[in-house]
Amino acid sequence: MSRMTSTQSQQQTMVTTELRSPANPTATGQSSNPFGAPFEHYALSAAYDEMFSAPDASRPQYTMLHGRLRELPLETLERRQLAADRTFMHQGITFTVYSDNRGTERIFPYDLLPRIITGAEWDIIERGLTQRIRAINLFLHDIYHEQQILNDRVVPKELVLSCKHYRTEMQGLAAPRQIYTSVVGTDLIRMPDGSFAVLEDNLRVPSGVSYMLANRRVMKRVFPNVFRNYGVRSIDHYGRALLASLRALAPADVENPTIVLLTPGIYNSAYFEHTFLAREMGIPLVEGRDLLVHNDRIYMRTTSGLHQVDVIYRRIDDDFIDPKVFRKDSVLGVPGLFDVYRKGNVAVANAIGNGVADDKAVYAYIPRIIKYYLDEDPIVHNVETYLLDDPKQRSHVLENLSKLVVKAVGESGGYGMLIGPHSTKEEQENFRRQIVANPRNYIAQPTISLSCAPCFVEGQLEPRHVDLRPFVLYGEAINIVPGGLTRVALRRGSLVVNSSQGGGSKDTWVLSQ
Amino acid sequence: MGPESVVVTRTPVMLSRVADSLYWMSRYLERAKHTARVVDVHLDLMLDQPESVAKQHREYLLAGFQLPTEFGSAKDDYELTRWLTFEANNPNSIASCIAAARQNARQLREQISTEIWQQINQLYHYMEQVEMDAMWSAEPREFYQNVKEGIHLFIRLTDSTRSHGQGYHFIQTGRFLERAVATAMLMDAYFAPEENLPKETVESHLVGEQLIWTALLRTCTAFEAYSKIYTAELNGRHILEFLLLDQEFPHSLAYAVRHVQLSLQSIADITKSTRAERAYRRAGRLQADLQYGQVDEVLESGLHNYLKSVENSCLQIHEAIYQTYITYPVMV
Repeated sequence: MSRMTSTQSQQQTMVTTELRSPANPTATGQSSNPFGAPFEHYALSAAYDEMFSAPDASRPQYTMLHGRLRELPLETLERRQLAADRTFMHQGITFTVYSDNRGTERIFPYDLLPRIITGAEWDIIERGLTQRIRAINLFLHDIYHEQQILNDRVVPKELVLSCKHYRTEMQGLAAPRQIYTSVVGTDLIRMPDGSFAVLEDNLRVPSGVSYMLANRRVMKRVFPNVFRNYGVRSIDHYGRALLASLRALAPADVENPTIVLLTPGIYNSAYFEHTFLAREMGIPLVEGRDLLVHNDRIYMRTTSGLHQVDVIYRRIDDDFIDPKVFRKDSVLGVPGLFDVYRKGNVAVANAIGNGVADDKAVYAYIPRIIKYYLDEDPIVHNVETYLLDDPKQRSHVLENLSKLVVKAVGESGGYGMLIGPHSTKEEQENFRRQIVANPRNYIAQPTISLSCAPCFVEGQLEPRHVDLRPFVLYGEAINIVPGGLTRVALRRGSLVVNSSQGGGSKDTWVLSQ
Repeated sequence: MGPESVVVTRTPVMLSRVADSLYWMSRYLERAKHTARVVDVHLDLMLDQPESVAKQHREYLLAGFQLPTEFGSAKDDYELTRWLTFEANNPNSIASCIAAARQNARQLREQISTEIWQQINQLYHYMEQVEMDAMWSAEPREFYQNVKEGIHLFIRLTDSTRSHGQGYHFIQTGRFLERAVATAMLMDAYFAPEENLPKETVESHLVGEQLIWTALLRTCTAFEAYSKIYTAELNGRHILEFLLLDQEFPHSLAYAVRHVQLSLQSIADITKSTRAERAYRRAGRLQADLQYGQVDEVLESGLHNYLKSVENSCLQIHEAIYQTYITYPVMV
């Protein structure tokens, strides 16, 4: 496992911000640029660069792309970027931002250049995530049944039971096939030494897969000649694979199970994705108001009367899924759904209560969880994490707030986060107070410099930080479509890739070789 | 039963909410198209007319939309155009209708083809870009042409990129029911003044009258179709007969109601709903009335009352559709 010290990462962040090239400080002239013409403003930093191992050397998997880019005038890139943006707008591939009372639709910025992962790199990711998801499902089953791992003191009981996403209602409930996570979106980052590490497991309602698929379709349209001959593995079958995973949850005696996708509705920021996936799978997209409970079964209201539902792929959070059991004020869910689920008369994916395993403090224990259930060493590592209810670790963190990243354990989307090197004294003080008041609610990690990839920004090719979210399906077996969503921090020097915070995305190519 | 009623669908169930959205998506686009035609024809015809004629025609139009009276006749063509085209507070303005159609389309994004969705989405973004003053001072006709073509393309796409199952019939029902109501309201407005009511003779005299009839026919895209049957000699009686009872012209009331009835019959066959009868019987009764009706009878019983009863029947059909397919009660 590799990590960098916080001092290194701070320096490195400053360097990216100023866009100097420490590896080649004289390379400022246009003609002498070793990267090639369109890379006039490109510079390497201490972060791992996806395309270049040195200013005059592109990595082997990028050589062909780099060669093409050197020949392409910037105007051509500009034209293709416009064509791509137009395609997203016309197709309504947008997400909704709520800044005031009315939501505004924006396209999720798409970067023209692909991010390339070699077959060998993918092999490690695939084995690592398969191992991790197996262990996490065993963990969830255990937590909601015998709790052996807690009794054996491998994971502190207090930590798990105090998690706000731990659901006592799930205790003793039999999840079909003991599959809790039909769909997972794991966030990976590439460390300065080139290895991948897990930053976050998203086990509740992970989103973004529609952008993975849409990005590929747009890529094929605007860059067919680059795409051809590259040996990129196909991701087109994702919809079918997801459907198969959901079908695996249906009762064995139901021959043609009715599977539906439950959405909060058009005002949800991921609504495009819900419609997209329903269409890819050919299943009904339902809202809470379309479903009702009748005789211990779930039905949907159709033009020919009530129709029984067997599997629900829900894109609604636990809190809102059933106002009779969880939040009483929810109008998005289905009253009585949980009772039907408990009786085993409907399957729900992902299972309720999964948040206990992607809690950012529980995350720190995942390597031990893997070891405990599988007796294997983790193939893909975690990022070093400080637990703040430990007094020693807490005092270290409080002394080094300006160098570390602090995250609230139950938040996602880049909210509730302090990035030390980019923060003001005031923000640090604010977090200090909150940590002292509620240490269980926070974790800290070194400021890790995500790897950089060339992006087409404001008419130039410039390095931007990226992460990778592959989507792991669990049905008959664990199945990962070769690819993922590469998210890009489009603001210069920024390490935040979330779409709500100025992030964009790229097509991700996994090569067969 | 027409050929449309013989339909086999692969996926027999359709969410009630989806049926509702398909129906309204289609109704709103039909409404936008109707309004676009009304404004377009008005602006074109009034270019070379004195303000007095334009004012009178505006009053017909306002009556035809059953707009609140405080909107009144004091306004000029600019205000009328702005109100009918862009006004956000007017739920029936073209912009409002297209936004509402798109909102419904978003609700059923996975149900309609990508082509249909893109068409509605592009139309919506087009409306967002255009501003009243720029449109007014440039080429209004080109703008209305674009809107109408955009909606026609939607109709063609629903015909060619979507299977003609249950959903198609909800789209058809929405379109033709909206058309029937809008046409009935428009005719009621044009024929309301005593002097416009068809006389015993079939001759017309006044130049102003010719202009009014041209506007009515063109708004219903009926000018050429009418002329093929009755020649370009315009008179109220023939026009009434054509727009009310012609069995072959797509904008006549008889045609629109027949297509509502055919689609409701198809939906009943597909859903095998036990309550279906209520909706298509209402449509069937109105359809028979328009198929076998005579202009003389209509005029004798009073045209206004007749058109009002058509509007009322359409409302009842709408309610029956809801009670049968969308908001039916469930015993829990």
